[in-house]
Amino acid sequence: MQEKHNAKELLNKTFDALLPLLAVPLALIIGALLLLIFKVNPLTAYWSLLQGAFGSVSGLTQTIVKATPLLLVGLGVCIAFRGGIINIGGEGQLIVGALAATAIAVGFPNLPRMIILPLTFLGAILAGGVWGGIPGILKSRLGVNEILSTVMMNAIALQLSNYLLRGPLIDPAEIERGTQIAQSALLPKAVWLTKLVPQTLLHSGAIIALVMAVLVYIFLWRTSIGYRIRAVGLNPDAAKYAGIPVQFYQALSLMLGGAFAGLAGAVEVTGVSHRMLEGLSAGYGFSGIVAALFGKLHPLGSIPASILFGGFLVGGRSMQRAVQVPSALIDTILGLTVLFVVSADIWSSYRARRRLSNG
Amino acid sequence: MAELFTLPVLFGIIYSGIRLATPYLYASIGESFSQASGVLNLGVDGIMLMGAYTGFYVGMTSGSLWLGLLAAAITGLLMGLLMAVISVTLKAEQGISGIGLQLFGLGLSTLLFKLTMGGAISISGFPPVRIPLLGNIPYIGEAFFNHNLLVYFAYLLVPIANFVLNKTTLGLKIRAAGQNPQAADTLGVNITLIRYLTVSMGGLMAGIAGASLSIALINLFQENITSGMGFIAVALVYFGGWKPTGVLLGSLLFSFVNAFQLWIQVKGINIPSDFAVMMPYVLTIFALAFAVKRVSAPAALTKIFERGEN
Amino acid sequence: MKKGSMLVSLLVIVFTLLLSACGSTPEQPVEIEVTRIVAGTPEVIMITPTPEVVEAKPFRVAIVMPSSITDAAFSQSMYEGLLAVQEEMGGPEKMEIAYSEGMFNVPDAASAVRDYASQGFDLVIAHGSQYGSSLQQIAPEFPETSFAWGTSLDTFQADGITNVFAYQAEAQEGGYALGVLAAFMSKSGIMGVCGPVEAGDAKLYVDGFVTGATVQNPNATVQKTYTGSFSDVALMASAAETHIQAGADMLTGSSQSVVGAIGIAKDNGAYWFGTQWDQTALAPETVVASQVYDWTGVIKDMIASRQAGVLGNKSYTLTFKNGGLVIQYNPGIDVPADAKAAVDAAIAGIMDGTIDPLKGPVQ
Repeated sequence: MQEKHNAKELLNKTFDALLPLLAVPLALIIGALLLLIFKVNPLTAYWSLLQGAFGSVSGLTQTIVKATPLLLVGLGVCIAFRGGIINIGGEGQLIVGALAATAIAVGFPNLPRMIILPLTFLGAILAGGVWGGIPGILKSRLGVNEILSTVMMNAIALQLSNYLLRGPLIDPAEIERGTQIAQSALLPKAVWLTKLVPQTLLHSGAIIALVMAVLVYIFLWRTSIGYRIRAVGLNPDAAKYAGIPVQFYQALSLMLGGAFAGLAGAVEVTGVSHRMLEGLSAGYGFSGIVAALFGKLHPLGSIPASILFGGFLVGGRSMQRAVQVPSALIDTILGLTVLFVVSADIWSSYRARRRLSNG
Repeated sequence: MAELFTLPVLFGIIYSGIRLATPYLYASIGESFSQASGVLNLGVDGIMLMGAYTGFYVGMTSGSLWLGLLAAAITGLLMGLLMAVISVTLKAEQGISGIGLQLFGLGLSTLLFKLTMGGAISISGFPPVRIPLLGNIPYIGEAFFNHNLLVYFAYLLVPIANFVLNKTTLGLKIRAAGQNPQAADTLGVNITLIRYLTVSMGGLMAGIAGASLSIALINLFQENITSGMGFIAVALVYFGGWKPTGVLLGSLLFSFVNAFQLWIQVKGINIPSDFAVMMPYVLTIFALAFAVKRVSAPAALTKIFERGEN
Repeated sequence: MKKGSMLVSLLVIVFTLLLSACGSTPEQPVEIEVTRIVAGTPEVIMITPTPEVVEAKPFRVAIVMPSSITDAAFSQSMYEGLLAVQEEMGGPEKMEIAYSEGMFNVPDAASAVRDYASQGFDLVIAHGSQYGSSLQQIAPEFPETSFAWGTSLDTFQADGITNVFAYQAEAQEGGYALGVLAAFMSKSGIMGVCGPVEAGDAKLYVDGFVTGATVQNPNATVQKTYTGSFSDVALMASAAETHIQAGADMLTGSSQSVVGAIGIAKDNGAYWFGTQWDQTALAPETVVASQVYDWTGVIKDMIASRQAGVLGNKSYTLTFKNGGLVIQYNPGIDVPADAKAAVDAAIAGIMDGTIDPLKGPVQ
């Protein structure tokens, strides 16, 4: 009986989580009007979007490759958000994570894979953790609001990356050739993530991200630290009353958020680009927030949400190529989609409340 | 290093700092109102972009900068209204709505720019107005009293906003909506109306902030002309502790340091340009952490108001 | 009620699955008929498509760019070059152009390049030096496709890759010439350079400008700023403002963000010198002259080479000498005849090698 009830609740919850996605067609209809202005047949355009994202092996793998950093950043966003913190510093945390991973991998080119790969990831996680931890500590010790500090830290990380990629981390070959392209040397093959499907970009980072999603779920719902983080986020006053050091857990959740974004950075350099580049983070810090919230700030919900959002990004690019519209049109449709989906959230919370009052 | 400490440099920094701070002032003061009433609007950047585009396009085609400004204000107002519908009526999560709004504004302004203009062109923006007498004082006149009207307005806005927020019943209601909406509601304050008002006004100001770039300071439009200024503007609201004077301090600090780092580069002081560019961001964090008295956020900020709960 | 909505969502899911399931078959790479046209010298190439080519499918070019086709700088220069060649070849029926803009993220750009190649485009241009390492991986996978990238001279020949063209611009040459011009016209003897990031093409241009200006006027001061971004228009505007405050009356700069600086120059009556693209249209009363990258020669030679069966392994450099770099004066601004003469002398010196644009006259 209990089990049946649980199953029903799970079904209800899943349905609630999917409900806002029904708003996507609405956004697409408005997008269709914009497409008509550009004299493009919306059906052709959307067909190419769908095709590009899910319609072929190459598209599907690209979608998953895109979803991987979104999911990792999104997991960090989930933890921070559950602790009552909006982490908009994902962009900077991802960049320093990628920088740290690059520095370590390039610095020790001869270590065996078993040693260097974990070291690279550890370094990235640490660097991201520090980049998230600074705003965390500033908040808990000095009361500096995290939105201010993370926005600033994003800009600082970007300049740091500019500096390192032209100075200490620049590919020596670039200096030799005189081309001076701001990018690091190629990482040693020992840290390249394994390709899952040959001839595609799909790499084992996707598996890491999936495992992490499960771990974060266990962490948040099955450990006492996770419980405390959620308690702090749900009601800081009550948590304080219950003897939980609120500020510590807020800082911790921001630091963990940073660590996950840093990990995403490491996955990008070791899995996709195999070197540190300018513009490595294509707005993942922000798209990750969107992915996490599409997934209802639930680590497992973030999995389909990231794939959907990643598919949108990949499909959008191929739509741009197929019907030749400005990339801004895809941004516009994406923005509309986000707005419609968050707005539609009200229906699922309405349903949840009705269930609560009925049950 | 010595060449940095001369009168022309000092007043040069002041002149540039005052101008740089202008768009932040409009956007941040508007955002202060919306946050004071409990709504975080992270989409300021998108609204600024739409304001910058419409201000420029209407100003250019009609030949009247004032019409352009009006168009930017109306566009901002509409975008603000959209945010209010989403975050107040539809009770959407505020952070994500803002990010959606930013993407939407960035995309749409670029799209319109490509459709209507194709490429960047410059216009003559609001000309500088030298204030009689004061404007003739050596150095000081140039730095403080020879700016265009939109710059002066931005600074005039500070005492006005201060007055509205702290000395009027409307201000009291706004702050009540942000501190304790349930209690305010029982006292007869229409929380929804107040939040609609502040968020739309915030949008209007962000629209003007955008126009201040495109028709008063830079005098052209290019896609993503703000390149993230809207996010800095939101950050400065936290710096200012939801007070217009605090926002003024924050905007000035950020802008003066930015002007200073450009002078460091101009004078050929030998530090990597990347570190120079970093300075305003680092110092803003430091200043808030160690020098500025911090105030706690409006208790109901980012919280959705549900009537009859509590 | 609930059942109804469940049904709707189920339908949506099924529909989506169906849509994604009935994917089309992978497209066959289009074979282009190779006609024997012997490529001319790299400097001047005239292409007259033979009747066979006219009968065949259009020549298909795709380009992937970091910024937009209207950036008044690097991306626009190449896109307009393609349009010019298309016009010359006889319009879209003879040459098809596809573009992807705003690809500042390298992996995104890489997938666009890959996608174009698998769609059977003849020539895929990765228009950004940051795309090079991705291209190095992609090119061997599509041996039938020609690729091009820049700015660089590396065709990856060392890796045994033969289907990659590379191109770059000697940005410092025009920088030098414009530096001479600016120093000639400057009344204050102070010039301001608004740079984006201290690297690559932008740095070469800036260094050339500084050399030219100081050779022309040894007492000249050239102030440099970098904003740390290719797109921050507002900070670029402040940088220009600071230069003017510090006495500069001649300004220049590189990247798509300079539009901000041009606006400021115009407001303050300072002159502007452009690079990468003719920036006169931005402010006709302000822009004195621009160094324009004319890629048409490069594009035409790449097309001709491919049609002659050479898929890559050639590198191109835009210089004054081969006409790839052009100083475009704004007809609306009076440039003194002796200033023009000085510029012409500088260009001649660069062309015959008596002037090194990064070091000055060769002793």
